[in-house]
Amino acid sequence: MTEILETEAAANDRRRAQVRKSLARRNGAETRFKLLGLASVLAAMAFVAVLFGNILMKGVPAFWQYNLDAEVFFDPAVINVPERPVQQPGQSAADFQAEMLAWQRRLALVNWNRLITASVQGAGAGVEIDDRSAVSVIDSGARFVLRDMVAADPALIGQTRTVRLLLSADGDNWAKGKLSRDLPDSRQQLSRPARDTIDALIASGAVHRSFAWHIFTNVDSRASPASAGLAGAFMGSFYMMLVVILLAVPVGVASALYLEEFAPKNRITDLIEVNINNLAAVPSIVFGLLGAAVFINIFHLPLSAPLVGGLVLTLMTLPTIIIATRSALRAVPPSLRQAALGIGASKMQMVFHHVLPVTFPGILTASIIGVAQALGETAPLLLIGMNAFVANIPATPLDQSAALPVQVYLWQGNENRNFFEERTFAAIIVLLGLMILLNALAIWLRTRLERKA
Amino acid sequence: MNATPESRAPLSGSRIRPSAPASVASSVSRISARDVTVHYGPKQAIFDVSIEIPEKSVTAFIGPSGCGKSTFLRCFNRMNDTIEGCKVGGLITIDGDDIHDPSLDVVELRARVGMVFQKPNPFPKSIYDNIAYGPRIHGLVKTKAETDDLVESSLKKAGLWKEVADRLDAPGTGLSGGQQQRLCIARTIATGPEVILMDEPCSALDPIATSIVEDLIHELRAQYTIIIVTHSMQQAARVSQKTAFFHLGKLIEYGETEQIFVNPKEKQTEAYITGRIG
Repeated sequence: MTEILETEAAANDRRRAQVRKSLARRNGAETRFKLLGLASVLAAMAFVAVLFGNILMKGVPAFWQYNLDAEVFFDPAVINVPERPVQQPGQSAADFQAEMLAWQRRLALVNWNRLITASVQGAGAGVEIDDRSAVSVIDSGARFVLRDMVAADPALIGQTRTVRLLLSADGDNWAKGKLSRDLPDSRQQLSRPARDTIDALIASGAVHRSFAWHIFTNVDSRASPASAGLAGAFMGSFYMMLVVILLAVPVGVASALYLEEFAPKNRITDLIEVNINNLAAVPSIVFGLLGAAVFINIFHLPLSAPLVGGLVLTLMTLPTIIIATRSALRAVPPSLRQAALGIGASKMQMVFHHVLPVTFPGILTASIIGVAQALGETAPLLLIGMNAFVANIPATPLDQSAALPVQVYLWQGNENRNFFEERTFAAIIVLLGLMILLNALAIWLRTRLERKA
Repeated sequence: MNATPESRAPLSGSRIRPSAPASVASSVSRISARDVTVHYGPKQAIFDVSIEIPEKSVTAFIGPSGCGKSTFLRCFNRMNDTIEGCKVGGLITIDGDDIHDPSLDVVELRARVGMVFQKPNPFPKSIYDNIAYGPRIHGLVKTKAETDDLVESSLKKAGLWKEVADRLDAPGTGLSGGQQQRLCIARTIATGPEVILMDEPCSALDPIATSIVEDLIHELRAQYTIIIVTHSMQQAARVSQKTAFFHLGKLIEYGETEQIFVNPKEKQTEAYITGRIG
């Protein structure tokens, strides 16, 4: 009897020892797996940190540019124009318009650069600077600033005003210290007097940094790169997103509703489902080709137009929205459908009164993420002509326009690398900012709607 | 709560006490099924079931899991239509109307034949809207005052009014399980059905909530024809006047509840109620 008990006890001990041994192995495996997971999360976070750090470090300085607070004398000898016409009694509106245009043309012919040269030379840098060098310090857009001032207020002629003039791209580079000061004159973009003038004016405080609002208000520019901005690209992207929201969201949600709730389940709907899933995986540039072939070649829609871009991006976003909406619909518990049907709701009432409201947060999130994806898409836009240099703000979705991601692409390829590298990262920051804003909106709406439900 | 002492159901399931036999009205057949079959794809779930269900009484369907009692119940309001690949054969009539008649809209049928489900499933809306939804879509109420009255009377019939009168705007999903189930019953009553189907209405409830719902079923019997599917034989015995025993998709025995429990004719029925199968 005792022998049996002892062997039983021994067997129990052995079993426990075996379990302990295997336990050590299992716990070890779990620990290793956890560490591996942690390591990959940390690695991913490090990548993101490096990416964002790099973008911010390179891009943020672009939002502050150097300006010269210049004493500009609106020299009547230079601005040799008659008085601004005033509409005479009895003069027709058309005649007055013609007279006004003629006056503005005269104004445009004025050599505004001479005012700029004079003000740079008289800025008190204490450097002997020739006209050519003096004009190279200031952005070439400055003359239009002066012209517009006079056009708005001809009384300025003969007076002196302090005007904040943007430094040229080269001047800004020099002021920011992005150009090596050890390079010989032959390899410098600015002449020695120009460089010395900038240094002296920074020291005297006449040249200083200020926030470059014009990045948000100006359009792209090649002639005066320092004043190039994102307004045109922003409006282009805005119109495209409008088209995507107005087309992709309703069409996508309606297709998903039909396929999930109403369509008979047969071979045809299966085929459609497979095709939608495959469409989601089609490279975006293919949609660009399709857009060029269909919207431009067949429908003769204009090149570079946000409408066409929006249509192409709609095609690209549709599968995403359909798939996400369908999975949101599938996640609705059957008990809710039964409750609605059991009380005598028609299928349509069941869907629109009960199923859709509870899936609304999910559909909304899917739509916003789809739209955010479309906002950042570049490749298809290149094929429909949106990589053209367009220096105006589109007034309608049919006007030629740039787009934010394409602007990033164009600026990073600009030959003035010294200046546009920074500008490119600034554009990336604006684009990422919009994306983060859209995603934050999605999260905010979802939590708000889910709390309400 | 509002139940008379006689109808107060025992909480412990050990004692089987059949309810009093149903009133005279129960002899009038309201729902009639002839040779009903149900197929799920190639699999047959119900085999040639014929049954006559009396008016204004409670009829219980009992049987082991998977015997087809819930499937058969769903035939009466054509809920099986919503299940992919489900085919119903045979003839079912309510007051002589064939429910599969193409001229009868299924929406109309479901307004006549309400249903309470196994798991309480109030809409994720306010208590008020839960009740008012059905009457609104069926056009039964026109004004706000009418709706208010209907909501109040439905909640009173379901014995829930006192508990929720002061928070009709609160979400229905915030109530306790038992209250939710009574809310679902009130929602069903609000559309003015003639028949109420109950698919294991107490299986997700605790014994106290169960007893309250059972009392409610007793009261509703006076106005509605009720068919209840239940797992609990004690419940069937407590609430029903007639009981049908199903096994493997066939109707084995159907009769007065007292007779089924005290003196079953079929061996299988006896085996089930004595706990030998199921």
